[in-house]
Amino acid sequence: MSRPESATALVTGASKGIGAAIAKALAEDGWNVGIGYRTDEAGARATLEAVEAAGGRGTLLAGDVSNGTGDDLVARAEAELGPVLALVNNAGVRADGLALQIDDEMWERVIDTNLTAAFRLTRRAMRGMVRSRYGRVINVASVVGPRANAGQANYAAAKAGLIGMTKTIAAEVARRGVTVNAVAPGFIETDMTADLPKEVVQAVPARRPGTPDEVAAAVRFLASDAAGYVTGTTLFVDGGMSA
Amino acid sequence: MATTVTPDQVEKVVTDALPQFGVDESQITRDATFEELDVDSLDLAELSQIIEDEFGVQLKGEDVAQIKTVGDAVDLVVSRAA
Repeated sequence: MSRPESATALVTGASKGIGAAIAKALAEDGWNVGIGYRTDEAGARATLEAVEAAGGRGTLLAGDVSNGTGDDLVARAEAELGPVLALVNNAGVRADGLALQIDDEMWERVIDTNLTAAFRLTRRAMRGMVRSRYGRVINVASVVGPRANAGQANYAAAKAGLIGMTKTIAAEVARRGVTVNAVAPGFIETDMTADLPKEVVQAVPARRPGTPDEVAAAVRFLASDAAGYVTGTTLFVDGGMSA
Repeated sequence: MATTVTPDQVEKVVTDALPQFGVDESQITRDATFEELDVDSLDLAELSQIIEDEFGVQLKGEDVAQIKTVGDAVDLVVSRAA
């Protein structure tokens, strides 16, 4: 089945970095794009300009997905653009420390934003997708989770949780034409990784960081009609880190 | 709201919805079980959403687990709407 008219993709964390690149790539593929962001309105506006320059329609959707107030993002996107038939759970935060030093607040903040918010948005968006017999959910996970990374027990738990959730929901809704997949970026050059030492690339077989556009290309594929038989999988975009 | 919801109204919504899940319309009766109709858990979850949109009655997973027949579903929705 091919994508219905005026289908809308909701991308969380789309004011910069990987999320902004995904919003632009989906607009290039003809999706309307709901641009979710928490505080960076200037960044979100720049994403909107990129979406429009790509010939797409977009709208800004402010909201903090971590505390449940973002739950109406789907309804707002649908009211302004059309049925949400793709959801990209990209919003993420880090609060690093050795497990000995991660307090409850750091644990909960990372789990709430990176995992619980993705579940809530998926649950909400799935309603319309199941009824439409068409949908694409793409969770932005990480190589951290499937792999160890000292100092990120909370982040690893959330991202591994996302992959587990991806597989099970994929199995639940596959017969309704709804696919659920994850992409797992490795070391990607964004604000989120700006503080990492440059020597990190020595752990990457490709010996260079990836770009947001390279992650967006994977999301674009998973959101496409061509990927209709791909579900429950995790596509690593990591220059070979997990190989 | 819903003191006006009648069994006939609910039955019509349910009867109209079931063919979307591949159910043969001629087999839909109050006594037919969802198992006989080959209506699975995902179908029932979707039917719950249709009912919620139509009548504002929210059915949870545990409610749906109790429902065996078309008549059970109709009666539950009518009692919740009252």
